[in-house]
Amino acid sequence: MKPLIISSTLFLLACSTNAGDWPQFRGPGGRAVSEEKGLPVKWSVTENVRWRAELPGRGVSSPVVADGRIYVTAASMYRERRLHVLCFDAANGEKMWERQLAATGNTMRHPKTSMAAPTPVTDGRHIYALFATGDLAAFNRDGDLLWYRALQRDYPDITNQVGMAASPVLAGETLLLPLENAGDSFALGVDVKTGRNRWKAPRRRDINWVTPLVTRFRGKTAALFQTAGDITAYDADTGEILWSHKGNNLGSVPSPALIDDLVIVPGTPSVALRVSADSKPQVVWKSRKLKAAYASPVVYQGRIYALTDIGIACLDAATGQEIWRERLGHGFSASPVIADGKLYIAKEEGDTSVVELGDKPKILANNDLKETLLATPAIANGAIYLRTEKHLYCIAVKR
Amino acid sequence: MRRLIYGQGIVLLLLPAVSLSTQVSAEALAQLKAVGREGAGNETAARAWKEVVQQGPAALPPILQAMNDADAVAANWLRTAGDAIVERALTVGRPLPSEALKQFIRQTQNSGAARRLAYEWLCRVDPKTPDRLLPDMLQDSSPELRRDAVAAVLKQARSQLDKGNKDAARAAYRRALTGACDKDQVDLIVKQLDKLGVHIDVAAHFGFVRQWLLIAPFDNHNDVGFNIAYPPEKSVDPKAVYKGKDGKEARWIAVATDDPYGVVNLNKELGKQKGVVAYAYAAIESPKERPIQIRAGSMNGIKIFLNRQELYHRDEYHHGMEVDQHIAHATLKAGRNELLIKVCQNEQSEEWAQEWKFQVRLCDAVGAAVPFTQVNVP
Repeated sequence: MKPLIISSTLFLLACSTNAGDWPQFRGPGGRAVSEEKGLPVKWSVTENVRWRAELPGRGVSSPVVADGRIYVTAASMYRERRLHVLCFDAANGEKMWERQLAATGNTMRHPKTSMAAPTPVTDGRHIYALFATGDLAAFNRDGDLLWYRALQRDYPDITNQVGMAASPVLAGETLLLPLENAGDSFALGVDVKTGRNRWKAPRRRDINWVTPLVTRFRGKTAALFQTAGDITAYDADTGEILWSHKGNNLGSVPSPALIDDLVIVPGTPSVALRVSADSKPQVVWKSRKLKAAYASPVVYQGRIYALTDIGIACLDAATGQEIWRERLGHGFSASPVIADGKLYIAKEEGDTSVVELGDKPKILANNDLKETLLATPAIANGAIYLRTEKHLYCIAVKR
Repeated sequence: MRRLIYGQGIVLLLLPAVSLSTQVSAEALAQLKAVGREGAGNETAARAWKEVVQQGPAALPPILQAMNDADAVAANWLRTAGDAIVERALTVGRPLPSEALKQFIRQTQNSGAARRLAYEWLCRVDPKTPDRLLPDMLQDSSPELRRDAVAAVLKQARSQLDKGNKDAARAAYRRALTGACDKDQVDLIVKQLDKLGVHIDVAAHFGFVRQWLLIAPFDNHNDVGFNIAYPPEKSVDPKAVYKGKDGKEARWIAVATDDPYGVVNLNKELGKQKGVVAYAYAAIESPKERPIQIRAGSMNGIKIFLNRQELYHRDEYHHGMEVDQHIAHATLKAGRNELLIKVCQNEQSEEWAQEWKFQVRLCDAVGAAVPFTQVNVP
């Protein structure tokens, strides 16, 4: 049986971002792994801070980085009715431009989240920003508006009053939008040049926060959309269903992960699927040890790292067997990311734990920024970018 | 391509500091306003956006004028163009047409969103703008300007309180309340006034409807009832009795809520039920015809009808409830109006999915209560 899911490398080739960039939620290919080395292990509000920029509002979206620029979204004013897209110079944190939109959709939300919850995505030349209100805007790198849509105006029955938070991702010339919700629920493939629909596929009607994952299947670019009830691969160009796996209690928040021909689907239990050209997806293993709540699991060198309610679980990706488990406190909203053999885990109270990976984990540091920290870190340009309640930090070893 | 000069008269009158040779294309502004559903017109609008931005600060007043009758989508195209112009002008030290912006803000017939935008641009070049303009904006038609004006008065009230000047503080809080429409500001004012010995009827301040006729249970098993028009949607007869869910008798009962935010707890009034639909009816007397907003809160599936016309629906359950969560745009006619709310309860069994409540208020576009009286229905 020939495995047809191919690792992220192919997709990185298709984008114009550089290898060291962090262009979307959980970085290159959504894999949450950076090739950067020489990153700081310890920092504080003052130590190893290359720069710190003030943000005009709240947000739980991650910064994205491409070609020396950092893009981040925020929401401000009463009930977060004002939406912001900001661009900073990665070298010094100077704001290069800012555009604002008045929210056109409902701003009802759970207090923890924000209208600026979905992470924007960039191909290096353009930035695509989605907000929980359904406002969706494309800018060039200099802040010129290329197109704009108000999705709750286009589709008035979209509804998630907890707050939509899944992030858009790019697959070539298609912007993939996860709009699974309690009302008019669908996945959307949008032409990156015009903002118009290329395809629209109905999805399970329920609130959902899973960011899609892009991979390959039978020579096609496949977009994996996951809800509590299924994980389905769509042809990213046409919206045609390539394969689908039904499940019970799959995760509605954490995103899936890929390793070779395996798709790791977080849930209760989590499931590893092998996808081949000549058969339906096969369940390789199931595990209740991998209990991802909000954070998405990350795969690195044959192992899966997932945040449980109280710490980290490390599993063998091939078998699902637990290798080790480490207590680390609680309060994980952000997803963990890996660079240089270390796991970076941002916690809600503002501290980021740095854990050296191996047969046994070693906690190297807990770095406290003394601000609420809900956004997944970004790693690029030899720096870690952390978005707190009020600031964007560039954490880097001093030159 | 024929180039039209948009609002040149306004530019001539209001922009003495800005080059009058700059021509702002009405065609480009019209193209920005012509965007439609699902991205229709995006490519044309993108070209127009660049053209407008290239005009520089002279384009700001025409952009604001164009916002006056733009829909929400077009308004965001215009807003980002104006923001880009302001940002780029300030980077190279070009002046903004401050006098024109001030005049646009003062002309209250302009749209609240556009006036607020002009105010924000003005604040970037003149930090004393809030001190100058906000004192006259306590009753403003822009919710954001009004909110800032209320906040400024609250600051004065707090200062008086800190100095021990209770009478002055009380007067300031009372003045703030005349403009306050947002729940957080109203809550703060009411709390402070209460400490200063002044009781405020919060429900009256917000315009909550407090007397209702309720009827249930109609079937909502498997959420089917949301889209079924049960008899009350066709006409309301307070004396009618219907065969409801599982053959149970459904008849109208009168209730009044004394909750400060007008909350009607249907579990309490109708008995806890799952998989059911209830209707709430109120007869509203308006002294004149006027546009209003019917603002509701509910964690249940909800439909809002006025005078038998469905205005709003949201088919979502148990994801929170807050004041002004649902907004329906309507026109109250002079005299009697019939307000009907459909509140659906689903069959979720979780502990957090048991509530069955709603609240409704009648207000203007800024959120201030409109005058109405409730008519007793026999």
